[in-house]
Amino acid sequence: MLEQLEGSQAVARAVAMCRPEVISAYPISPQTHIVEKLSDLVRTGELEPCEYMMVESEFAAMSACIGASAAGARAYTATASQGLLFMAEALYNASGLGLPIVMTLANRAIGAPINIWNDHSDSMSQRDSGWIQLFAETNQEAVDLHLQAFRLAEELSLPVMACMDGFILTHAFEQVDLPEQEQVDGFLPAFEPRQMLDPAEPMTIGAMVGPEAFTEVKYLMHAKQLQALDAIPEIAAEFTEVFGRESGGLVRSYRADDAETVVVALGSVLGTIEDVIDEMREQGVKIGALAIKCFRPWPIDEVREALSGADRVVVVEKAFAVGAGGIVGQNVRLALSGCDSTVFDVVAGLGGRPITRKSLRALFDDVVGGELEPGGLHFLDLKTDVVEREIGRNQNGRGLGPHAENILRDIGTVASDSH
Amino acid sequence: MFQVRIHGRGGQGVVTASELLSVAAFDEGRHAQAFPTFGSERTGAPVVSFCRIDEQPIRTREPVSHPDAVLIQDPTLLHQVDLFAGLDPDGYILLNSERGFEALGMAEFVAGFRPERVQTMPATAIAREHLGRPLPNSVLLGGFAGLCDLVSLDAVTQALRDRFPGKLGESNTAAATAACEFVRERLEGGVHA
Amino acid sequence: MAEQKIKGYQTGTFVVGNRLLDPEQRSTQARTERSNTLTSGHRACQGCGEALGARYTLDAAMRASGGKLVAANATGCLEVFSTPYPESSWQLPWVHSLFGNAPAVAAGVAAALKAKGREDIRVVGQAGDGGTVDIGFGCLSGMFERNDDVLFVCYDNEGYMNTGVQRSGATPPAARTANTKPVGPEPGNVFGQGKNVPMIAMAHEIPYVATATVAEPRDLEQKVERAIGMRGARYIHVFVPCPLGWGAASEDTIRLARLVKETGIFPVFEAEHGELTAVSKIRRRVPVTEYLKLQRRFSHLFKPEPNTEVLERLQAGADRNIERFGLLADDEGADFPGEATDLARPPEKEQGPPPALVEPDTDSNTSMLLKETHGKPR
Repeated sequence: MLEQLEGSQAVARAVAMCRPEVISAYPISPQTHIVEKLSDLVRTGELEPCEYMMVESEFAAMSACIGASAAGARAYTATASQGLLFMAEALYNASGLGLPIVMTLANRAIGAPINIWNDHSDSMSQRDSGWIQLFAETNQEAVDLHLQAFRLAEELSLPVMACMDGFILTHAFEQVDLPEQEQVDGFLPAFEPRQMLDPAEPMTIGAMVGPEAFTEVKYLMHAKQLQALDAIPEIAAEFTEVFGRESGGLVRSYRADDAETVVVALGSVLGTIEDVIDEMREQGVKIGALAIKCFRPWPIDEVREALSGADRVVVVEKAFAVGAGGIVGQNVRLALSGCDSTVFDVVAGLGGRPITRKSLRALFDDVVGGELEPGGLHFLDLKTDVVEREIGRNQNGRGLGPHAENILRDIGTVASDSH
Repeated sequence: MFQVRIHGRGGQGVVTASELLSVAAFDEGRHAQAFPTFGSERTGAPVVSFCRIDEQPIRTREPVSHPDAVLIQDPTLLHQVDLFAGLDPDGYILLNSERGFEALGMAEFVAGFRPERVQTMPATAIAREHLGRPLPNSVLLGGFAGLCDLVSLDAVTQALRDRFPGKLGESNTAAATAACEFVRERLEGGVHA
Repeated sequence: MAEQKIKGYQTGTFVVGNRLLDPEQRSTQARTERSNTLTSGHRACQGCGEALGARYTLDAAMRASGGKLVAANATGCLEVFSTPYPESSWQLPWVHSLFGNAPAVAAGVAAALKAKGREDIRVVGQAGDGGTVDIGFGCLSGMFERNDDVLFVCYDNEGYMNTGVQRSGATPPAARTANTKPVGPEPGNVFGQGKNVPMIAMAHEIPYVATATVAEPRDLEQKVERAIGMRGARYIHVFVPCPLGWGAASEDTIRLARLVKETGIFPVFEAEHGELTAVSKIRRRVPVTEYLKLQRRFSHLFKPEPNTEVLERLQAGADRNIERFGLLADDEGADFPGEATDLARPPEKEQGPPPALVEPDTDSNTSMLLKETHGKPR
C-alpha cells in the first residue's frame, strides 16, 4: 500500500514483516527511528515472537546477534558511523562464522571531528569485513532491499548490510509502497539455519583454525561472496515478479547506452545526479550514470560492461581513503583495467555537505570540457581558501591547536551551516 | 515543483510541519518529499525543514535553496538567520507574529513581493487558544492553506488527525481551521499587515 | 540406603567424597553417567585448574538442565586448548565468538531460545578473568543489568595466561607477571583497589552470585545446580589455579585452591538479589605465606629476604576479607544461613583463635593436609 511516511518508519515496518526473532540494537543517530519503531512493534505484540534486546553498546548488539543467529534465530540490528566501528571486531566474526545477520546501516560520517551527518565513510571502512553491502537510492528501495537482504543472507549463510543514507533517506518523508505481509511471507521463507546450537545435535561453532586450514576457510568466504554475484540479480528478479517493481540488483544504468561520460555513484545522490543528467542531455551532452547497488561483493564484470564504452568515468563518492584516494574509484579502475576510459575521482558530500545540482553541473561541465585533471583526487565544493589559510597557519609554528577548531573560528560558524 | 522552507526553533514542530505538509500533498495524489536539516539541534536552536511537492516523482535530494514559500514559526529568527534566501518576488511568506510587517520594520522588504502572497499571523496566540500550548506549526499549516492553494485545508486537517489521533488531532484541526480563516479574512479584507 | 546426613569432613578427605553418601548426594563428577562435557584429549597444561573448573561446572549444569545446555565461550586458554580445528573436546553445543563478548553472545542465544519457545534449553556463558573482569566487563554488566537468562561463569586464574602471563584486573597485588616483573622499587603487581567482580555482580542485584574454588567440586556443583534452577542473570566466579602462570607444581592446583580459601584471600560465598546469603567458613585459618610460598610468582617476597612489609599488607587484605565476610567459624556476628556454611563448619572442639602470621606449625590443619595428600609437609 502506498503511504507517505518517514524512511525509518518504512524500513522498520519492512523489517518487522521479515519476522526477525531477535533484534539487538544500541542508539546512534541517524538509525534510532528504525529501532525505536521496532521496539514499539515488539512491545505491542505486533511483531511476535521477537525478543528486543536493549544492549549496552554496538559491540554487544552485534555480539547478541551472533549468539541469536548461531542459536537459529533470524537476527537483525541497525547502526551507523562510530557504532559500526565499535562493532568492527564482531562484524568480521559474524562473516567469518557465516551467520546470516541483517543490519541496516544509516550511513553517517566517522569522526574526528565528530559529525552526525551523512557520508559513506562508515560503510567503506568495513568494505573488507566479509559483509555484503547493498546501497539504497530511495526509501522504496531501502524497504525492498531489506526483504532481499534477509533472503540473500539466509540463502548463502552470510551477513548483509543494507545501507541507506543517514538523514537524507532515514529522516525523509516520501511515498513508499509497503508490501503486504502475505507477499513477504511468500518471498522470504522461514529461516532454516545451516548451523545451529542444538542440544539434540551438539556442534562446536567458532573453533580455532591454524595455518593448516585458515586459507581454505577464507577462500570459501570469498567463494561465497562471488556466489552472491549470481544470487543478488536472481533474487532481485524474483522480487520484481512478486512485487511488480525493480529494486536492488548489482548495478543500474541511467541513460548510459550512448554516453561518452558516465557518472558512477552509490545511494541517494543518484537522484540529484539524474536530474543534472537530464538537464545536460536536453542540451545535447552525451552523459549518463551508473548506480552501484552492490558494493560488496564488487560486481566487476557488470561495472566493466556498463562503463567500458565511456570515454570518461566520473566517480562521485562520499568517502575516500585518506592518503591514498578514491575507494569506489579504485574499484572502478580495477574493473576498467585495459580499457581506454579515463577515470576521475571526486569526493563529495562529506559529513553532510549538500551535493547540489549546481555543483554537480559545474563538475560535469568541467569533466566534459576537459577542465578536470584525471588522476588527481578532487573535492567537490572544497573551501580552498579556508584550507589554504589553515595550511599557512600551520607552517608558521607549533601549538596552533586543532584544525577543526581553527577552521570553525575562521569561517565563523558553529557546527551546522544551515541556511 | 513547489518548494517550501520552514524555519523555527527546536521544539516548535518545524520538522513535523514539513512532514504533515508532505502527507497532505500525498493525500491529494501528488508526490512529496519532506526532510529536515539533519541537525542535532536542541530545544530552542534554529531549525529548518523542507517540503517539495510535484506531480512527478521527486529525485533530487539537495536542500531547498530556492523556495517558493517560506514559513516562519518564530519571529525572533528574523535577525539571526537569512530566512528569505533564494525566495523570488513571486514567493509566499507566512510569518508568525502578533505584529504586521510594518511594525516589524519589514515594510520595505515585503514591498518587493506580491501583497496577496505575504502575511503575518498571530500563530502562537491561536495555538494557545486551541491547543493550550504555544505550538505554532499546525496553525501555520492551516494559515498556509489559506494563503496559497498548494494544499487544501481539508488535506492539512486530515494529515493532522492521522498524525494525532483523538482529542489532540481535533484541537490541532480547530487551530489550523481558525488560522486558515484568519488568513482568508485578511486577504479578503485586502490587509496584508 | 538409610537416610543419613553426612558432613563433608567425615568422609576422610577435604574433597567431599562420595562413597559414603547417599547416591542423590554424590557429586556429579563421581557419577558414572556424568556427561564429560569437556572430554579428554584437549590440550590444557598438566594440572590446569580452568579445565577442571569448566568440567565440574558444565557437567553439573548438564545434569541440572537434563542435558539441555548451550555454552558461549570467550577467547582464552579454555577456548584454545579445547578446539584446535578440526578437533573439539566439547560434547555440548558450544560457540566461541570473541574475547570480549561472551556475555552478549550468551544473552543473544538466550533471547533466540526464548523467541523460539525453547526456554527449556539453558545457557551458560564462560570466560577467564581477562574475558570477564577486563575486556568483557561492559558486556557482562549489560547482561546483568538486563537480567538476561544466562549463567555466566568466570574461571579466574588471575592473569592473561593465553597470551603469556600478563597482568589482568584480577591479578593479585605483588604477583609477578610478564608485565609486572619483580624489578624496580615496587616489584610485582601494584597494590590497587582491586576489581571484585562478584561484589560488582551483587551490586547489580541479580538473582544469584556465588564464588567457588576447584578444591571443593561438590560445593561448586551445588552452586551450579542452584544457579541452573533459577532464571535471570546469574554469576559464578570460580578460582582456578594456573600452574604455568603462577609457577606452581601441577600437583598443587587443588592445594592452592584450598589454601586461597583457608587464608581468607578468596572468600567463598553466595548471594541472592544483592544480599549475602551464605559464606563457606574457613576450617582452619592459615597465614597467607603458606599459600604464597607455593608459587614462584610470589617468590620475590621471600628471597633473598622476606619482604615483611608486603607480606603484612597481603595478610591484612586476607584479614579484612575474614572480617568483612565473617569467614571464621566462631564469628557468630557474621554467620549467614545457608548450606555452604554447614558444609564447611568444622567440629566444635576444633574452634580456636586464628594462628598468627608465623611459620606454620607442623600440627596445623594445613600441614596435616599436606601430609595426607602429599606424603610430607612443605
